[in-house]
Amino acid sequence: MKILLVDDSKTMRNIQKGILAQLGYTDVQEACDGLDAISKVGAFAPDLLLVDWNMPNMDGLTFVKQFRAKGFKSPIIMVTTEAEKSRVVEAIKAGVNNYVVKPFTPDALADRIKETMARVVAA
Amino acid sequence: MDQSYIIPFVKSVQNVFETMLQLPVQVGAPSLKKPGSPTYDVTGLIAMSGDVQGNVTLSFPTATAERVVSLFTGTQLTKAHEDFADAVGELVNMISGGAKAQFAGKQVSISCPSVVVGSDHHVFGSKDLVCIVIPCVSDCGDFAVEVAMKASALMATTQTASAVA
Repeated sequence: MKILLVDDSKTMRNIQKGILAQLGYTDVQEACDGLDAISKVGAFAPDLLLVDWNMPNMDGLTFVKQFRAKGFKSPIIMVTTEAEKSRVVEAIKAGVNNYVVKPFTPDALADRIKETMARVVAA
Repeated sequence: MDQSYIIPFVKSVQNVFETMLQLPVQVGAPSLKKPGSPTYDVTGLIAMSGDVQGNVTLSFPTATAERVVSLFTGTQLTKAHEDFADAVGELVNMISGGAKAQFAGKQVSISCPSVVVGSDHHVFGSKDLVCIVIPCVSDCGDFAVEVAMKASALMATTQTASAVA
């Protein structure tokens, strides 16, 4: 399974990459903001995306809207410090499939990834 | 400054360090920071805007910052490493995000973090803001969260109108 990590923090990408590796996912590419991610999704065609919200150049919400507008169906998990209910609703409306609030434990992120992929298989 | 702006940061700094680093943090009594007094050697800074305006800093002595960042990243990192500032920025980002989520009924946005590395630096915010220092103690060493903020002019006007009504 191909996974795209979109976060402006290299530290956060590395943490998420480590959790994905423990789950057996090693085909991972990284993008440092929404603009970088838009430029990579066509060639990489990820099966799952983990996307931060607050990023320079293009934020995660704008990226999600553009990604969906281009017709991509791959599930997206928003991984962000934006914890308010209104923000979660905004993200879901934009096309996000699941949501993880930072800070998170490795187990919490792993559970959301499994849950999201299980929904895809069931659909 | 409204006390309700401080408690969310106390809870958030403890939550971030406990969850991401498994590092318990004891928080001391918040106090007023003297204008122009220096912060520690390494500072992560986030600006807040919207219904609440101001800035938040997370500040460490160098040795403490290096221990905290190494624990956070799982790799021994010194302040000279290219990923050091990124890790400090992500910590202050999570602390600020966690705190703003506790500002009930307020729409607040946070900036991307900036990080300053260098001893005896000063952080100057808007002159009409008082800065509150939240002292923190951990097994990695002492550090501080500094909060300088107020309700935006529009928000304050709305609150006054509600009180009058």
